[in-house]
Amino acid sequence: MSATEAPAPGRVANGLDEAARLHWREDASEATLRRDGRRWTAWTAWIVTVFCVPGVLLVAIEPLTFPAAAICFAHAWAIPRIQARRGARQVVPIGSERSAARRADAAGGPERVALGLLGDLVGHAQRDLLAATGLALERGDLGVWLIGEQGAILIRPGGRRVDCWCVRVAETEELPAGDRVAHLLLALREDELGFAKVANLGFSGARWRVRQHLPAVSRPALDAARAAVG
Amino acid sequence: MGRLIRLDRTGHTTLAKWRTGDGSGEERAAAAFRAELERGMVASVSYDDGTAEVVRKLPLDAELVVLRRPIAGG
Repeated sequence: MSATEAPAPGRVANGLDEAARLHWREDASEATLRRDGRRWTAWTAWIVTVFCVPGVLLVAIEPLTFPAAAICFAHAWAIPRIQARRGARQVVPIGSERSAARRADAAGGPERVALGLLGDLVGHAQRDLLAATGLALERGDLGVWLIGEQGAILIRPGGRRVDCWCVRVAETEELPAGDRVAHLLLALREDELGFAKVANLGFSGARWRVRQHLPAVSRPALDAARAAVG
Repeated sequence: MGRLIRLDRTGHTTLAKWRTGDGSGEERAAAAFRAELERGMVASVSYDDGTAEVVRKLPLDAELVVLRRPIAGG
């Protein structure tokens, strides 16, 4: 990877045009991420409460209604699980079930070229992790990011909470899988807060809830990000 | 040697190469750069510290300038 040593004098740092165009959206910041995380926690607690309380009441009033109560408990378990699963699936690691690399018309040559460039972009330290897990690890000011083809996971400082973001190339035009990740990686490096503004937050919650829904080969990336975030 | 590449369906395509001080090479690269920006591409230069920057004018001192498409929320 050829990298320039330092910004030239007078070069103005530019944010993402994609973020600037979303003038109606609130700018992302550490504070908005914390607030959104708290909202997700409150929402999850509300879902669990809304379904568990009637279940408990039913059993307390009439133990024979346990089958109906069990349906309530199942909802309290399933809905948060489905939300975490959706967040994990949004990311799409390279080579995973929904990866562009596994399309019927995916060509080996372009896929290799794209992966080569992406490998140069991530650097030596992260190349092996990318090859093994299909996710690119990138340190940012907000935490450590794992980038896939159609989204990114942000592991927040402390490592307990993760945010799952849905973000992709606007017009893919059959881009190879590696290029899709490279697009997101470059955009993230250009403007992390702008990246978070453009992306849609699909889930925020405990790391273990997302980990169980990632493909098995991609889970070490989440572990590595947890270690990297400190 | 500077290089201007575009991420596309082939993996990437090299659009121009130039050497600092090579006037005609720089002009060709700048023209290719402008044409891609007019098509809606975004130009990015990476730095050694792992950051990158959007550029709207071809930085002739850069070794690699990458053209990418805009991103969007899913």
